[in-house]
Amino acid sequence: MIPLERVRADFPILGRTVQGKPLIYLDSAATAQKPRQVLDALRAFYERSNANVHRSIHTLGEEATELLEAARDRVQRFIGAAEREEIVFTRGTTDAINLVAQTWGRRALGPGDEILLTEMEHHSNLVPWQLLAQETGATLRHIPVTDEGYLDLEVLDRLLTPRTRLVAVTHVSNVLGTINPVARLIARARRVGARVLVDGAQAVPHLPVDVRALGADFYVFSGHKMLGPTGIGVLYGRREVLEPLTPAWGGGEMIREVWLDRATWNDLPWRLEPGTPPIAGAVGLAAAIDYLEGVGLDAIRAHEVALTRLALERLGQVEELTCYGPRDAEAKGGVVAFNLAGVHPHDLAAALDLDGIAVRAGHHCAQPLMRRLGVVGTARASFYLYNTAAEVEALVVALLRAQDLLGLRPSGLSGPAGPRASRT
Amino acid sequence: MALLYGEVILQRFRHPLRHGELPSPDAAFEDVNPLCGDRIRLELRLADGEVEAARFRGDACAIATASADLLAEMIEGRPLREVLAIGRETLLEALRAEIRPSRLGCVTLPLDVLRKAVQGVRGAA
Repeated sequence: MIPLERVRADFPILGRTVQGKPLIYLDSAATAQKPRQVLDALRAFYERSNANVHRSIHTLGEEATELLEAARDRVQRFIGAAEREEIVFTRGTTDAINLVAQTWGRRALGPGDEILLTEMEHHSNLVPWQLLAQETGATLRHIPVTDEGYLDLEVLDRLLTPRTRLVAVTHVSNVLGTINPVARLIARARRVGARVLVDGAQAVPHLPVDVRALGADFYVFSGHKMLGPTGIGVLYGRREVLEPLTPAWGGGEMIREVWLDRATWNDLPWRLEPGTPPIAGAVGLAAAIDYLEGVGLDAIRAHEVALTRLALERLGQVEELTCYGPRDAEAKGGVVAFNLAGVHPHDLAAALDLDGIAVRAGHHCAQPLMRRLGVVGTARASFYLYNTAAEVEALVVALLRAQDLLGLRPSGLSGPAGPRASRT
Repeated sequence: MALLYGEVILQRFRHPLRHGELPSPDAAFEDVNPLCGDRIRLELRLADGEVEAARFRGDACAIATASADLLAEMIEGRPLREVLAIGRETLLEALRAEIRPSRLGCVTLPLDVLRKAVQGVRGAA
C-alpha cells in the first residue's frame, strides 16, 4: 500500500489550482511531477556543490564529480546493470535512441540488413531508424498490433530472420499501455543473432526493471517521467556491445588525447558523453530513484493497477466512449486512451481543463498507431503514485459533463494520409 | 462548450455553412497540423480571378472546423489577391473567442491550407 496522503504532500504542485479547481494531474506518461526531495537535491547541488566535473582540481569540482558518478552507480543498481560503465547519461530517451543509431547502427548495418520495429512505437523509436535505414540501405519491418492492442507475435517467425540485425521495441506502449513480452522477444531475437533495444521510457518509472534478467542489449529511458528533472536520460548498453563503439559526436570529456588533426577516445562511459554532462540532472535523477525505491516499485505498480482497473471499469460505463488497448489492468501500465464519439480529443481535453483535469490529447507521437486504430487522435489519462481513486471518479464526472457540453461535428475525411495538393 | 469556446465556434462547429465538397474544383489542398494530426481539405471553384465557391472537409477540432467554415464563407466572391491578404487576426476577430496560445495552430491551419491551394493555382498559371 502507498501512504497516499504522505506521498501527495511531497509534491508541491499538487497543492495548486487550475481554473479555480484543485489540479487533477492525469498526464504523468508525458512527464511526471517532482517531489520536494528531488527539488531539494537540485537546489542543494546548485547552492553548495555546483562546478564542472572531471578536471576541476578544486573542492567543488571534486564534489560535483563525485555526485555525478554516484548518480551513475545509483542508476546501475536501480536497473540491475552489471557494471557502472554500462550506464551512459544522455539528454533523454530520444537522445539515447539516436545515440545507438548513430554509433552502433552505422557500424553494424548495411544494405539488405533489417531493423524490426513495431506498429505501436513512439516516433522517437521510429524516426531514428528511418534515418539510419536511409543512410545505410537497411530495411525496416514492423510487428503488427492486434485489435486487442497486443503485439501480434504469431507473425514473428516470418519477420525475424537471419537478416534482422536489430529489434527495437517499446517495453510499455505510451498509448495502449500494453506491457510487451520483451524478455521473450529478446530470447527470440538472440536466436537469429539480432541485437535488441528496449524503449523503457514508460516502464522504468512504473515497474521493477532488471536489464540483466531481460537480457537487453540496449535499454533506454528518461529522468523526467520518473520524478526526475528534464534533460537527463539513460542509455544502458551491455559492455560487450558498447565497447567497440566509436563516438558519433565529438567534444570535451570523450577524448583521451587530441591533436590538431585527430584524437583518441576516452573509456566507457565518458567516450559517449561529449561536453559538460547534465550534472544537476543526474543529481536529481538519483534523488528520484531514492524516492521511488523508498515508496517501492512493487507498491507503485500495485497502486497503478488498481487505478487502471477502476478507470477501465468506470469509463466502460460511459456511453459512446471507446477505450483503446488491453482491457486487463494487469496487462498494461497506468495508461488509458479513449475517445468520446463525435468529440475531438483536443476539445475534450479543453473541456476537462475547465474542471482542473490535465489529460493528454492528440496523436501521442504515435501517428502510425493512430492510423492502425483508425483515429486522428485520442484523449489519454495516465496515472502515477500520487493519483487517487477520487481523481479517477472526478474524471468520469467531468467526462459526462463534457459530453453534455460538446455536440456533433462534420463527417471526417477518407483517403490516404499525408499532405497533398491537386488542381483539376 | 459556449463557456469553453464562445457561441460562434459552437455554432459553426455544430452547423457549418461551407462544409462539403465541390464537383470539380479548380484548386484544392489538404494538410495536417503536425502538432495534433488534424486534417483540413479545402476546395475552390474560381472564375475571373475570384473565388466563386469554397468548401471544406476535415478531421479536426471545433476551433479548426469553425475557422475553416468562417474562412470558406469569407473568401467567396473575393479576388485571389484579397484572399491571400487575409491574416490570422481577421479570423481571430471573426471567431469572437479568446483562443489560448496552444490552440492558435487550430485557427491558422485552414489559412495555411487556403494559401497553398491558391499558390498552386498561381504557380500553374
